[in-house]
Amino acid sequence: MADYHVVGTPVRKVDALSLAQGRALFTDDYPVERPLFLGFKTSQMAHGHIRSIDTSAAEHVPGVVAILDYRNVPDRYFTTAGQGFPEPSPYDTRLFDSVVRYVGDPVCVVAAESEEALRAGLAAVEVEIEPLPSLFDAERARDADAPRLHAGDEHAAIPVPYRPEENLAAEVEIGFGDVEAGFAAAAFTERHRYTTHYASHAPIEPHSTVTWIDENDRLVILSSTQVPFHVRRIVARLLDVPVKRIRVIKPRVGGGFGIKQEVILEPYAALVTLRTGRAARFVLSREEVFRSSRTRHPMRIDLTAGVDGEGRITTLEMDALMNTGAYGAHALTVLSNAGAKVLPLFNKVENLRFLGRSVYTNLPVGGAYRGYGATQGYFAFNQELDIIARRLGVDMPEYCKRWHIREGETSGVFEALGEGKEGVAQIIESCGLDECIDRGAAAIGWAEKRGKRLAGRPGTVRGVGMAIAMQGSGIPKIDMGAASMKMNEDGSFNLLVGATDLGTGSDTVLAQIAAEALGTSAEKIIVLSSDTDTTPFDVGAYASSTTYISGNAVKKCALQVLEQIRGVAAEMLGVEPEALVQEGSAFVVGAKAGATGAKAGATDAAESRVSFEDVAYYSLYAENQFQIQAGASHISGVSPPPFMAQFAEVEVDLATGQVRVLEFVNAVDCGVALNPPLAEGQMEGAALNGIAWALTEEYRFSDSGALRNASFGSFGMWNAVDIPRMTTILVETHEPTGPFGAKSVGEIGINGPAPAIANAIYDATGVRLFDLPLTSERVWRALRNAAGGNAGTEARG
Amino acid sequence: MTGEFVINGETRTLEFDGADTLLDLLRANGYTEVKQGCAHGECGSCMVLLDGKPVNSCQVYAATATSLAITTSRGLTVDGSPHVIHQAWADSGAVQCGFCTPGMVVATYALLESNPNPSDEEIAVALSGNICRCTGYVKTFDAVHQAARWIAEHHEKGGA
Repeated sequence: MADYHVVGTPVRKVDALSLAQGRALFTDDYPVERPLFLGFKTSQMAHGHIRSIDTSAAEHVPGVVAILDYRNVPDRYFTTAGQGFPEPSPYDTRLFDSVVRYVGDPVCVVAAESEEALRAGLAAVEVEIEPLPSLFDAERARDADAPRLHAGDEHAAIPVPYRPEENLAAEVEIGFGDVEAGFAAAAFTERHRYTTHYASHAPIEPHSTVTWIDENDRLVILSSTQVPFHVRRIVARLLDVPVKRIRVIKPRVGGGFGIKQEVILEPYAALVTLRTGRAARFVLSREEVFRSSRTRHPMRIDLTAGVDGEGRITTLEMDALMNTGAYGAHALTVLSNAGAKVLPLFNKVENLRFLGRSVYTNLPVGGAYRGYGATQGYFAFNQELDIIARRLGVDMPEYCKRWHIREGETSGVFEALGEGKEGVAQIIESCGLDECIDRGAAAIGWAEKRGKRLAGRPGTVRGVGMAIAMQGSGIPKIDMGAASMKMNEDGSFNLLVGATDLGTGSDTVLAQIAAEALGTSAEKIIVLSSDTDTTPFDVGAYASSTTYISGNAVKKCALQVLEQIRGVAAEMLGVEPEALVQEGSAFVVGAKAGATGAKAGATDAAESRVSFEDVAYYSLYAENQFQIQAGASHISGVSPPPFMAQFAEVEVDLATGQVRVLEFVNAVDCGVALNPPLAEGQMEGAALNGIAWALTEEYRFSDSGALRNASFGSFGMWNAVDIPRMTTILVETHEPTGPFGAKSVGEIGINGPAPAIANAIYDATGVRLFDLPLTSERVWRALRNAAGGNAGTEARG
Repeated sequence: MTGEFVINGETRTLEFDGADTLLDLLRANGYTEVKQGCAHGECGSCMVLLDGKPVNSCQVYAATATSLAITTSRGLTVDGSPHVIHQAWADSGAVQCGFCTPGMVVATYALLESNPNPSDEEIAVALSGNICRCTGYVKTFDAVHQAARWIAEHHEKGGA
């Protein structure tokens, strides 16, 4: 392992102290002069045609300044998915529409002088909606007699299957080999149906946007977004405003997890500001975040595995049906990732078919959510592995170690399945999964606990389960990140990045990368991120791209700056640049440092060494003055996956079905962990989110499609009392294509908890749960059914 | 109407409406370290100390807070320097997005005032009104323990 001086150290997050005190500003914390307060009026009906919107009373409410509805906004299809251009998500959304498609669908926006006037104005808008038949069952979406949601000019922006006439938002089919022959030749096959459920990302900061016109008549959009550059482009195209007239600023962001990859509030706030000339403030209520922003797409996965006499899965078929809700945000790409991020893991499969379909329903809209389809796919895949290993009589850790993808290997899936097009072939260059499995198993006490059905508290039984996963590091050949950097008199550097820190710590990690490349300390790096006027482009924070893609851009940029410093140092010392050796934040003539500098013998110590500070002063004020500065961009032809094994020990109450997670272990290979506590933090947060999603978090709908539990507590969020003991092990590998050996780690940790817990429940009880969430009621019913009782008839209505 | 409020040791006469919550009042007057995450008393992002007791300021009418000592996270700074609790949170890696942290910090302060050496269970209960989505709460416990240690060391050295 290389000898790094900043990389791998626990540099404190650059904004941590300011955030802890509350000095750092989030979107809604900025002082704005006399803003208009904006709010949605949303549909109470799951599907209907707006017969009339009467705004006359609302217009007379004192303080109401503007009302936007489908009659007075640009009538243009777009997607709220904040993706690259052209977006792989269908253009099926308008700012407002005369059709409402789910309970919570925005019908109009009111802008008012105060929050009180806003509330009064919203209440005074009268909307008459003629009901249309509703579609809540994704399995029925393509039936000939199913209600159809989209019958206008909705279209795909890229050449991919899109058939709104059958409620089909996306379809993907790839494969190789001969699946039928493979199943016919298999020693045995396992075919199971798995379902995953809706969830909210639930960042604690709700979606917030503030807009105003600046002194140069430009539109400024301050927003809690993961994708400032995509916001700028999407708003420009939607509202016909030149890109050059828009500035998007991302301040501190209070968590995203994918939900803020959506461009939801910005166009409305921008439109109000453009029309009134006034500042506009749009902050969603918590209920609106649950109901009207974005969710994790529910998925039904039929997984069939054909296994040969050796125990190898030779044939694999995944048939996935994804419910994208009323609009198709990320309908294609989340679906694709359920295959693309899962199927390569067992790369000895010879025959493979992945068939995925995303369909519309009159339910809340899916979106990007940490894990991005892989989470859904791994719920199925890891239970399938547990089932197969048990049938073979092989311990699951050994089974996984025997068949997973390894360094130097590839999978046909990489090339076959990309995001909206074919993927990119790649060879795995770093994989620490064996060590993840071994160390994770040891940490949970696998050998002592697996299959033992140890008794816990009275009436309970314990079990352990595991799951493995890979993810990616950015989207190959698509994601681009850029950085620029300049040097100041004191040897400090401004690092400007488009990369978007949402609380992940990317500003800190990128500062570490710059410092490592320059040979200076992280404190010397002043990071400014995500202001479209001042920082270079970056696609934003998604697809686990920041550390790997943006990080490589920063490294390149810093090395260019270092070469300029070396050049000035050489000029100052009167030697060739090659004669210099770097000693921290200084250059010395080679001989002094033990190398072979021609002039070294002639110079004394004082004359043979220049510090970064000396170089900066010289370059700015002495001779041949210029600004030491550079800019660099990075794209990648590969997306090296981080690997992970997660282990859960559960205690199942046999009388109530309640499942407690006693202990949870994360063992992850993210290459070189650039900042170990921050990498651990990504794993711990993702794991707890995954645990809560597996057990308690869920969307409960009324018969008419209304979300009934749109609050933190009723949704099932966990607090500090609920948590299991959690251990996180960073298994170090070195990814040769990564910045200082790093891979990304932002998403992967959410993929394993649900299947690890389901596998642990099976270990404890012998009952297999194929449907999420694993609520007490569902576990209780399964236990009763397995015992021969009829839980269904005894249950409450 | 107007009322006298004692915020972070400073007495201020502020305008407010009868329907305003303490959260509304604080944010409208520049105390933006007090965050709104849910407005229903479920997340703790708006937590402040009222006469030393942690409360969700979204659940308190501003009118009822006159004459009580209101302390926010920023109010715990000492002569412009961060409090050791701030330091402990930052140094323990317990701050990710930081939106919940000012509320967590005042909850920590209230806990350590009454219980200088809390167990994990006591920490969990004391912080059970503060929701964090980023960290999984693992480093949350490290932060509170670290703060407790630093405060104890400070007292041993003869500090106030």
